[in-house]
Amino acid sequence: MISVERVTKRFGMGESAVVALDDVSVTISENEFFTLLGPSGCGKTTLLRLIAGFELPNKGLILLDGQEIGHLPPYRRPVNTVFQNYALFPHMTVAQNIGFGLEMLGKPAAEIADTVGRMLALVRMEALADRRTDQLSGGQQQRVALARALAPQPKVLLLDEPLSALDLKLRKGMQIELKRLQHETGITFVFVTHDQDEALTMSDRIAVMEAGKILQIGDPKEIYNHPASRFVADFIGDINILKAEMTEVRDHTGTVRLASGAVARAHVPSAALAPGAVSVAIRPEHIHLCGPAEDNRTCTGVITNVIYFGSGTHIHMDLDQGGSLIARTTLGGGAIGERVGVVLPSEHLQVLVD
Amino acid sequence: MDSAGLLDDADRRLADAQRLRARQTNRTRGLLLAPALVIIGVFGLFPLTITLIYSLLEPGAYGGVKWVLSGEAYVQFLFNRDIFDGTLRFSTSYLQIFGRSIGLAFVATIGALILGFPTAYFIATKPPAQRNLWLFIITLPFWTNLLIRTYAMLLIIRDEGLINLSLIGIGIVEKPISILYTDTAVFLGLIYSYLPFMVLPLYASLEKLDFRLVEAAYDLYATRWQVLRRIIIPIAKPGIVAGCILVFIPGLGAFITPELLGGGKKLMIGNLIYLQFGTLRNWPFGSAAALILLTVVMIALLIYIRNAGKAAPGHG
Repeated sequence: MISVERVTKRFGMGESAVVALDDVSVTISENEFFTLLGPSGCGKTTLLRLIAGFELPNKGLILLDGQEIGHLPPYRRPVNTVFQNYALFPHMTVAQNIGFGLEMLGKPAAEIADTVGRMLALVRMEALADRRTDQLSGGQQQRVALARALAPQPKVLLLDEPLSALDLKLRKGMQIELKRLQHETGITFVFVTHDQDEALTMSDRIAVMEAGKILQIGDPKEIYNHPASRFVADFIGDINILKAEMTEVRDHTGTVRLASGAVARAHVPSAALAPGAVSVAIRPEHIHLCGPAEDNRTCTGVITNVIYFGSGTHIHMDLDQGGSLIARTTLGGGAIGERVGVVLPSEHLQVLVD
Repeated sequence: MDSAGLLDDADRRLADAQRLRARQTNRTRGLLLAPALVIIGVFGLFPLTITLIYSLLEPGAYGGVKWVLSGEAYVQFLFNRDIFDGTLRFSTSYLQIFGRSIGLAFVATIGALILGFPTAYFIATKPPAQRNLWLFIITLPFWTNLLIRTYAMLLIIRDEGLINLSLIGIGIVEKPISILYTDTAVFLGLIYSYLPFMVLPLYASLEKLDFRLVEAAYDLYATRWQVLRRIIIPIAKPGIVAGCILVFIPGLGAFITPELLGGGKKLMIGNLIYLQFGTLRNWPFGSAAALILLTVVMIALLIYIRNAGKAAPGHG
């Protein structure tokens, strides 16, 4: 288990100092696939490097199974890293790369050979054990980097955007592969990415970060369905955001009046939200379209664009009372200029913290 | 013309165009290489041929050569000819000079490596904007003539020089330490003269080193010393080798430094060759000594290049 407690990291000094992490706390449980998700510069890689020991925090504690490790050099932490560019040693073979950590730990040669063999099998690279690493494809290098970091059996595996250099198809394959490896080894994975699809696909829990702070921690469903803040809602998937007036809050459920005058109920993520002007969010796939005069419509609008993308269609609409919406449908249909009614189901409406 | 005929026609024209391009590339390469080849031919191979011819002739009484074919110069290198009966006795005196020169050049190379590696590493890990300033400082000694720099060193290390006066002044020693006219002086002089030749190639290879590899090694439980030995040095090996060659070879043939700082008491190869063309007026022997030196260096280099090529294909 890793606990990061009130960690602050600044780069540079004095006036020009940049705060990369601002009083961040997070607890990652044993055997968890935990993802740090955020745009570049949000501090996610810095947090990973602090756990690895490449940087020292200015303030705060980093605990591994209750032991303070924040001040230790990287070679004293039972934590290994898979680097973004893999950082394979160019003057060693695949097997020598994988065995390096064990060798540095002073393990006997027989044990090293044995573990290297198992690691090669784990990442399905047995045939390439004696290759030099610059003769490998990107996907193969990726596997070697994984095997090298897993070989010393770390308590935690840190992965710094390891899939970003691979093409889409390979990336999808490696996502499943990583999930399998995590399951088979039972090691805690801390995964850094800016790709929300990747985060949703692989993680047990996700921490969404921005500007050196963690905005929300939750499992993928929670993050996707109940984003707490406008940033999280915007960053993860497509979402529509509407202005509304909240008239009442009780038990995480608020009553909101939309610009159309329609009154709906919406999920309220934080008790700090008080009645008043708010933003309400809804995913495109949760919006239903109906006839412009049907009774259950929340509001009405005119279709401005219809975009087909294979597995579905995005229908862009301008609402009569101002604002615009995007609805996703798998049924097709809809023509530019057509008037439609829009249904915004209460169970999918979400009030956001701005 | 039918479509098959059109395609054949296109094939022919493409083949012509490819031949033309290949010819142009070759001609361009040849033109680019020509000036260097002319220089090497006129000032390198031509004098080398003369040296080879002279080494196979007899010395003239007042310098120069007599045009009589003779292997005497090479025999003289290994044997002493008795003045009276002309019998040959094996003599190691010239071999000793070679040995001492190789030894001193070797020690100076190691010294330059030990001093140069941290320096190069220091520069390579500076922010890019500062590196050029440091490199400029490293090359600063080149801006002054070698002879003047060597005299400056002579003044500093002599018995009444800066070092000894300071040491006596502070009271660390009572008598001056004799550095001048010893092997130590030659060693110091060689290191000082050739250190930039070590630092520059080392810097070039360390600057390309991906420091994420260093981080990866730390992450995999390597200590600082292990990172240096297992990651940095193997990857910097081409630079280490280039630097060692660039210091060792001119160090081996050095002539001003041993003459001035070593006092010419103990001969080095460079001084030996110089003497043959000057005072001793034995041009064939000087030529032979120069060629033997050249051969030894060439063989050493060839052995190295072959081994390096085998050990690391695509590297070096």
